[in-house]
Amino acid sequence: MIEKIRIIVCIKQVPAVMEIKINPETNTLIREGIENIINPFDTYAIEEGVRLKARLIALKDNSFDVEVIAISMGPPQSVEILREAISLGIDSGVLVSDRAFAGSDTWATAYTLSKAIKKIEGWKIIILGKQTLDGDTGQVGPELAHILNIPFIGYASKITEISRNKMVIKRLMEDRYETFEVRLPAAISVGKDINIPGIPSLRGKMKSRSAEIPVWGNEYLGMEAKECGLNGSYTQVIKIFTPEHKHETLMLSGTPDEQVSEIYSKLKELNLI
Amino acid sequence: MEIKVDIQKCTGCRICKNVCMYDAIEIVGKKAVINENCVFCSACIESCNYDAIEISGLIASEKDFSDYSGVCVYLETYADKIIDVGFELLSSGRLLADNLGVYLSAVLICREEPKNLNKVFNYGLDKLYLVKSHIFENNLDDIFAKALVQVINKYKPEIFLAGATMFGRTLIPKVAAIIKTGLTADCTALSIDTGKKILLQTRPTFGGNILATIITKNSRPQMATVRPHVMEIKISNNIDDKNGGKNYSSEDYKSKIEYIKLDESKFKTKYKLINIEKETEEKINLNDYDAVVSGGRGLGSGEKFAMVKELAGLLGGVVGASRAAVDSNWISYPHQVGQTGKTVNPKLYIAIGISGAIQHLAGMQTADIIIAINKDPNAPIFKVANYGIVGDIFDIVPKLINRIKSGKTLI
Ligand SMILES: Cc1cc2nc3c(=O)[nH]c(=O)nc-3n(C[C@H](O)[C@H](O)[C@H](O)COP(=O)(O)OP(=O)(O)OC[C@H]3O[C@@H](n4cnc5c(N)ncnc54)[C@H](O)[C@@H]3O)c2cc1C
Repeated sequence: MIEKIRIIVCIKQVPAVMEIKINPETNTLIREGIENIINPFDTYAIEEGVRLKARLIALKDNSFDVEVIAISMGPPQSVEILREAISLGIDSGVLVSDRAFAGSDTWATAYTLSKAIKKIEGWKIIILGKQTLDGDTGQVGPELAHILNIPFIGYASKITEISRNKMVIKRLMEDRYETFEVRLPAAISVGKDINIPGIPSLRGKMKSRSAEIPVWGNEYLGMEAKECGLNGSYTQVIKIFTPEHKHETLMLSGTPDEQVSEIYSKLKELNLI
Repeated sequence: MEIKVDIQKCTGCRICKNVCMYDAIEIVGKKAVINENCVFCSACIESCNYDAIEISGLIASEKDFSDYSGVCVYLETYADKIIDVGFELLSSGRLLADNLGVYLSAVLICREEPKNLNKVFNYGLDKLYLVKSHIFENNLDDIFAKALVQVINKYKPEIFLAGATMFGRTLIPKVAAIIKTGLTADCTALSIDTGKKILLQTRPTFGGNILATIITKNSRPQMATVRPHVMEIKISNNIDDKNGGKNYSSEDYKSKIEYIKLDESKFKTKYKLINIEKETEEKINLNDYDAVVSGGRGLGSGEKFAMVKELAGLLGGVVGASRAAVDSNWISYPHQVGQTGKTVNPKLYIAIGISGAIQHLAGMQTADIIIAINKDPNAPIFKVANYGIVGDIFDIVPKLINRIKSGKTLI
């Protein structure tokens, strides 16, 4: 029998805000130009999923077949990013969506994603973005990998080797590159140094329009009410506010020589020279 | 669980709609209506002047946390030294502990006792849990997590803090997942709600434009990773020693160190580390330096980065870059500052020919002093700069370099 190897790419829809202003009278936010997009790092995860599939297929091993699936947990409108993923070369998408999942923190998100992934047979590689634009925690990957009891390598910048049961990954830490070998199944998170995402192909676009995207709610995943959404979360956001900017910009005037002199004395004050 | 608008109180003023980042509020017939896009972030609740929005139906927890006590911090090491964020955590951990009237402890996991070990006692530390074994030669998160969990489960601190370094941000989520408790990421402010005796964890999100305060509802410890270089290092005045907080011998502190024994045979890693390539002649750890000097699109070419590098060198700093410069291949990705690069928080940030897109500002706007040089007076970088020069970078920067080199007044 031919084994089906599945690569799972986790993607999240996030609001990209072009500009945020503060209304000086009410001291509240005015956000401008919100657009719902695929979390930027997740586009690299999608591309890497597509590439790893191609690399596995290029091994010309007839005993297995490869499929790459994108999975997203979020409100119904997240279906759009799954279609976009398909246009970028992903084979199929799964939307994990239920009102009961709303308000999930990273733990509840990881837990719910793990329930969904366990419904997919043959998952071997899980690819995530290194963090999101909104929550920006980077915690879902390590928590998900722990729940699935598989190794997790964050900040992958290159997959140097891939075979049906192992992967060699190079990653960039603060001041060094580390190279790891892990047995599959395993999870990685990626940043923008791993690849250059492609653009949708015509074929991909056609496919994405007609693709059936199943929606998995809690009826299918079968979690208890106390395990999901805000109830299943250990953390809760209790307040959101804007940072105080009590800051003034001093524009230095005068000739370039005078400006440079002034900067020079500031640097002296800071003891940097 | 539900979030609801009280239509008696709602005036349809739209403030909540304006603050919502998720397009989850519509105004229908002069009343706010919350739709399925809501993530329960509570921004609308906070913004409402009429207390019209409420979350209800949360399952109440009746857990008892009375056996959890104290603040504990994780001291990360690198190259056999405790890294600076550890001292920052001790300083802020001490304040929190004093606020709660509890002990401050720390965990150190190492292969060898760090060279700067004695320094940890300058910050009012009550107890150090020291885990030492050859198995901790490299930072492998699974075995470190196991050791941390062992310490946390035994001593049950109510608060546990670690640095939001790259290692910390992969290790600590694993620890939190094993213990099954909440974790707040990359905090920049911590305080105690003295009434409820809980930790208020504040962190920047949406690229630093918004701050969120987060609590750990119904699990312990309350865990947070804390952004490096944010918490002030403070030598504690609780130091019970005559030497003025310096040069203690480890003998003085023997009583404060508790050696933790582990059964090494149970510590099997899933990782095979095959290679480590350290930074060579090029400095890429942007968070290790007091000064970051960054170049952007205005430089026009990769060769022009030479002057950025020279200035950074003279200031003992490191070279940063905007996304535009990295995408043009003028400099490598590890130098990128901003939303899709690194977040830096140096004493001094100099932006050369960088316009300051919101995504770049996200990575550097918390620097103590920002100097921006740009020919466009309307460049957004000037909004966050402390000192701005509108001018030609190819004139100003070489002049500044010469000025520093000569070290004398020109006028
Ligand atoms: C202002 C704010 C602050 C928050 N702070 C915290 C906090 O400190 N701690 C906490 O536990 N929760 C926090 N949350 C909740 C958190 O944002 C959500 O749990 C979110 O669903 C996942 O976390 P993240 O966005 O940080 O993802 P990250 O962990 O940054 O995401 C990493 C990768 O995981 C994958 N991924 C993440 N979410 C999904 C998803 N829904 N579907 C598919 N793949 C996904 C993607 O590949 C992504 O690139 C916060 C939420 C808000 C609005």
